[in-house]
Amino acid sequence: MTLLLNGEPQEVSALTLAAVLAELGYAGKVVATAVNGDFVAARRREACQLAEGDRVEILAPMQGG
Amino acid sequence: MQMPVTRTFYGFEPKSRLFLGTARYPSPAILADAVRRSGVEVVTVSLRREAGQNNAGEGGAGQAFWALIRELGVRVLPNTAGCYTVKEAVTTAHMAREVFGTNWIKLEVIGEEDTLQPDVVGLIEAARILSEDGFQVFPYTTEDIVVGGRLLDAGCEVLMPWGAPIGSGRGLNNAYGLRTMRQHFPDIPLVVDAGLGLPSHAAQAMELGYDAILLNTAVAKAGDPALMAEAFAKAIVAGREAWQAQPIEARDMAAPSTPVMGKAFLS
Repeated sequence: MTLLLNGEPQEVSALTLAAVLAELGYAGKVVATAVNGDFVAARRREACQLAEGDRVEILAPMQGG
Repeated sequence: MQMPVTRTFYGFEPKSRLFLGTARYPSPAILADAVRRSGVEVVTVSLRREAGQNNAGEGGAGQAFWALIRELGVRVLPNTAGCYTVKEAVTTAHMAREVFGTNWIKLEVIGEEDTLQPDVVGLIEAARILSEDGFQVFPYTTEDIVVGGRLLDAGCEVLMPWGAPIGSGRGLNNAYGLRTMRQHFPDIPLVVDAGLGLPSHAAQAMELGYDAILLNTAVAKAGDPALMAEAFAKAIVAGREAWQAQPIEARDMAAPSTPVMGKAFLS
């Protein structure tokens, strides 16, 4: 299916948020996630089923003021 | 000397009253140097999309940045920079709490692009939602004391009025308003956040009795950021000591400092 990942179309074969993170190489990385504008805690990623067109945000620590 | 006032930041009393932003430095090494040389204990951080996410397995810029911050051993104050709605700010705060492992949040709900002025209505609502959810909120606000009171009602225990628009380097645009805010909330920790350009601006805020200064651009974009960070740290100490020493009241007319009594009559 195609997700809108960090604002860009992304084809994935995984069906859950946790599996998508693994597929894209984020396993073990410090990131926070949101789906369709709602925060998804790390402990809920396994149970988070994704659907075609879902907006997934994967955010990392970054410099800030 | 002023009576010692214990105004802590949710129980944390820093030795350094300079809180430093981590953005816009020429390099991570220069950021690290600025933090070390100034003795800063609190830095602000954010969350952003990591570029090149397909290479995330090899470690992106965000992972390296986070490793650097942990190495510095400083406390982090995550922000909600760039959020224009309550929903965005609250969601970002939740994401930040998980990633950074802290209940602290520098809450920004921006209302206007040109000045990055806070949307104080949204700010109060977001502050209430987050405080009820266990966050310790540092709200980026204006010097409006009515808004300040509403933020305290919403659960905030710290207020962070702006000095001037973010990144403008203008200093204290409304020193009268900031002085009024200090007098109106004598027991609340107050931080001037944003808009400072020079160490003298920071000293001025501390002389008013402010508890800390939060800045970024004035250090990061200086020709020598580490030296400027050190200069700000010194100015903040000087301003704090001046406030503790109880400055004289300004007056319009001269008051001779040399005694008049005993002056020779020579005319």
